[in-house]
Amino acid sequence: MSAQRKNSSEIVVTAGGWLLALIWILPLLYAFWTAFHPPAYAARFDLLAPWTLENFERVWTAAPFPRYFLNTFLLVTLILVCQFVICTMAAYAFVCFPFRGSELLFMFVLLQLMIMPEALLVENYKTLGQLGLLDTIAAMGLPYLASAFGIFLFRQTFKSIPKELEEAARLEGANLVQVLLRVFVPVAKPIYIAYGLVTVSYHWNNFLWPLVVTNSVETRPITVGLQIFATVEQGVDWSLITAATIISVAPLLIAFLLFQRQFVQSFMRAGIR
Amino acid sequence: MRGSRTVLYSSLLLLPAAVLLWVFTYQPILTTMFNSLYSTPRGRRPAHFVGLDNYEAMIADPVFWKAITNNVIYALTTIPLSMLLALAMALIVNANLRGKGLMRMAFFTPTVLPMVAVANIWLFFYAPDYGLIDKFLGLFGMGGNNFLGSVETALPAIIVITIWKEAGFFMIFYLAGLQQISPTLLEAARLEGAGFWQILRRVILPLLMPTTLFISINAVIGAFRLVDHVVAMTKGGPDNATTLLLFYIYQTGFAFWDTSYAAALTMVLLAILAAIALFQFGYADKRVHYR
Repeated sequence: MSAQRKNSSEIVVTAGGWLLALIWILPLLYAFWTAFHPPAYAARFDLLAPWTLENFERVWTAAPFPRYFLNTFLLVTLILVCQFVICTMAAYAFVCFPFRGSELLFMFVLLQLMIMPEALLVENYKTLGQLGLLDTIAAMGLPYLASAFGIFLFRQTFKSIPKELEEAARLEGANLVQVLLRVFVPVAKPIYIAYGLVTVSYHWNNFLWPLVVTNSVETRPITVGLQIFATVEQGVDWSLITAATIISVAPLLIAFLLFQRQFVQSFMRAGIR
Repeated sequence: MRGSRTVLYSSLLLLPAAVLLWVFTYQPILTTMFNSLYSTPRGRRPAHFVGLDNYEAMIADPVFWKAITNNVIYALTTIPLSMLLALAMALIVNANLRGKGLMRMAFFTPTVLPMVAVANIWLFFYAPDYGLIDKFLGLFGMGGNNFLGSVETALPAIIVITIWKEAGFFMIFYLAGLQQISPTLLEAARLEGAGFWQILRRVILPLLMPTTLFISINAVIGAFRLVDHVVAMTKGGPDNATTLLLFYIYQTGFAFWDTSYAAALTMVLLAILAAIALFQFGYADKRVHYR
């Protein structure tokens, strides 16, 4: 009897799970459906409606999406490379060259976990204006380059590496840079991948700060470009807006669907986006 | 000799991070503090010291209080609801059911999308008359709603999409937590005759406490950090019904160009974030031991 009860409760949970999953994904599926059908069907669901790519063609020619993609790609690459280098250097210093007060300094670094650049956007805008960097790709990335989160994560990882490994490399005559690149970085590779995925998806999706500092097609990332496109088009043509939305999320979404496991594990490992 | 060399290496390695953190985190905190005591320079009138005038104006500003109230309501609804859903999702995905991979994908996909894109999709659903939701309600004779256009429903509409986007993100932390729980423990509880709800309440939830705390702290920070959807959907309207604190700072700084007042508002945001930090370092770390 208990087996039977277990069985029926399992059916209920499975059905409930499926229902919740369906509700959850429905908005996206409907957006897809709208984007691939003529505007006449935007708000009228019809199984027999003809499929079309016309919305995508119109979006692609109506707004400089290729340029926006290039900007986002440059931004994300800049941030990823600089964060890797800067955070690795800082973490290496905290782990291998501690000095009096370095613990205190580390606490100060951690402050940025709470007070993220978005909270300081008015002052950061002024600073970038003084540096003459407004409306550049660099301006969008600069406040994020020294990531407390990256430093924290790499420091944790470096700390877990046995001292013997480092000493063995030193005995073989490796200098400090070689120790870092041949011992620490290879061991921390999974953490770099996890952090990299999190940072790429964060900055691919970032909006408010890029909106504030950019002002031209040559610098705007895809999120800001999409918003400008949607504001201009608003209320006019939902097929176009959903098509534009899908274009802008496509690269990340495809990457996510292909590497689902890595994404989920990375987000688990790295915690904060 | 060795000591001074360590300091040299350390300083060189820390230099880039230190400079960037100083310029874009610590220095702006100090200038925000400083500027909040001055007037906004306009035209030929330079900034002059005004003491606490900006703060007095803030206390008398109904929009500021509206933003704070909205932000508190927003946090107190989105956080528990999305965490509850996240826990349910994690339990479902962890239960080894048929199609759990697809379910996990359905729950997690909204998380990887930019908030602006999410906002644009939902603008379409919320549209009066021919948006999906209004159409559905129209079937029951309850159509004609302008969800984002009326004061009562605009903030709830924003809350719904936040939950939709965040729940799947929190789910993975619960999933990680659940996978840490030893199966023998659950088996023992089952042998003792405990039912599902008993096991959940007595075994699973206490063991997930560190995860719950970790998620809530991140969720609180998120509730004060992410306003992309407000920018994209309502611009704070109607009648400031959806103005959140960071959005009000953005609006004051970049639409009204009143940077001194924005600095005073930023000080409030910094105080809130500092309070969260103190709570985390002082209280949470002692009460809950992390893995």
